Amino acid sequence: MTVPEIAKILPPDTELSRPFWEGCRQGELRLQHCNNCDRFQFYPRIICSHCDGDSLSWRAVSGRGRIASFTVVRRGISRAYEAPYMVALIDLEEGPRMMSSVVGCEPESVAVGDTVSVQFEDWGENYLMPVFHKRE
Amino acid sequence: MANPDSAVSRSKLRGKVAIAGAADTAVGVLPGRTPMELCVEAALQAIADAGLKKSDVDGLLTCNSMAQPLMYHAEAMAEYLQIFPRYCLAVGAGGGTTFTAIHHAASAIATGMADIIVVSMADSMRSGLNREQALRAQASTGHPEFEQPYGPTVPAYYALIAQAHMAEFGTTPEQLAGIAVSTRQHAARNPAAQMRDLITVDDVLASRMIADPLHLLDCSLVSDGGSAIVMCSAERAADLPHAPVYIMGAGEGHSHEHISAARSLTTSAAKEAGQRAYAMAGLQASDMDFAQLYDCFTPTVLVELEDLGFCAKGEGGAFVETGALAPDGALPVNTHGGLLSHCHPGNPGSMFALTESVWQLRHAAGERQVPDARHALVHAQGGIMSSHTALVLSREAS
Repeated sequence: MTVPEIAKILPPDTELSRPFWEGCRQGELRLQHCNNCDRFQFYPRIICSHCDGDSLSWRAVSGRGRIASFTVVRRGISRAYEAPYMVALIDLEEGPRMMSSVVGCEPESVAVGDTVSVQFEDWGENYLMPVFHKRE
Repeated sequence: MANPDSAVSRSKLRGKVAIAGAADTAVGVLPGRTPMELCVEAALQAIADAGLKKSDVDGLLTCNSMAQPLMYHAEAMAEYLQIFPRYCLAVGAGGGTTFTAIHHAASAIATGMADIIVVSMADSMRSGLNREQALRAQASTGHPEFEQPYGPTVPAYYALIAQAHMAEFGTTPEQLAGIAVSTRQHAARNPAAQMRDLITVDDVLASRMIADPLHLLDCSLVSDGGSAIVMCSAERAADLPHAPVYIMGAGEGHSHEHISAARSLTTSAAKEAGQRAYAMAGLQASDMDFAQLYDCFTPTVLVELEDLGFCAKGEGGAFVETGALAPDGALPVNTHGGLLSHCHPGNPGSMFALTESVWQLRHAAGERQVPDARHALVHAQGGIMSSHTALVLSREAS
């Protein structure tokens, strides 16, 4: 009997956001930058969400941010997600907010406002996910 | 006297449409009953309650079922009932489905698209989901590319809101728990409610942690059940057996879909929804005798109390501590027991807040009647505090 492998949820492949995932493979967090209004956005779109401009390019960003909120999931969504694990909203230094996880520390040591830096974790199928660790 | 430029005088909806019939099926654990059967049963009872026949119905609004998904849900229900409406639609707006549907149905009646509309919804989230459907229900929300891979659960999304509110305003887990406690006090007075044993703040805090800071008793139930109402013009309703319940105000607010893209974690578009509904009704929060607020998790009620004007931003926790939400409190909230304690069969959940409001405003709510109730604010949201509809319901149309 074949037991299906329980895999983590992977992002669907889209042409638009391929540079984001390629950046993750190279250890780099990349965001779309608007050539018109000079601001960053996340998630990737075909227009700038600030000025509606359509001239967007990818830029590597600092990977630093602050925890806007977080929770500790005590019962995982599937066996691929070993609870407890953290789900957090990270406000990046460049402006945009993204969902991610905070790793490498006890959940009890985490607070809203903590500063964090990005690192990349193997998610399977040649995907590296950006996650964050607390910065000292 | 209303300002001639005000939303009150501009509105083509205010007081023009009424709820003339209401009915719930049994709720809780109902194995062996399909969602369609529950939907049909609720509709037939609501039609009878309105003193009408099913052949009078020329409009039907439903929502799809997760346990028994149908490509053409409303059409299938019309066929089952052997009615042949001229307005027929299944609405899907997550937890916001009920009041969004009522907003549209009221507009349809005011514009002559239909005369007698049945809104009927049911699901079997407790007994009817197979494993695959249950997993899909859990993963049904969240951005597929930039949220879902991190494994957030539905409670986790709402926990992010709770945590942000606690960090910004000093709200405490005890204050959140107070919402579960007062909701259960209401349910204890409702023989139909799924959970009726009184609980304390300590009980909530001692229950299993699901997603910090939310404990099991901060989370709503998983239930089977169905509920329906009948809507028609105020004129027509005046000739029907029960005192009409008038739709005096309706408003929506939509700010995001994914929580990571929300304008704010602690102020929601319930604010705009409420402002629009109050403006149409010519009433304000302080005029409301009770409120039914979407309570999939305790922090939603906290944020809604603030955004709908019942207390100032950041003071939701202190407002809960005054005991206002409890039976006989200054603002009884979720008088049937809400999603936390009455039942939560998924997207139909707020139908039960609506039928309860009808009985309260008819002064027919028995032991749990809010004395002399004249006006109610009912609210629901879908997504993760994304999509909000507020209605002002009244005993009088003037």
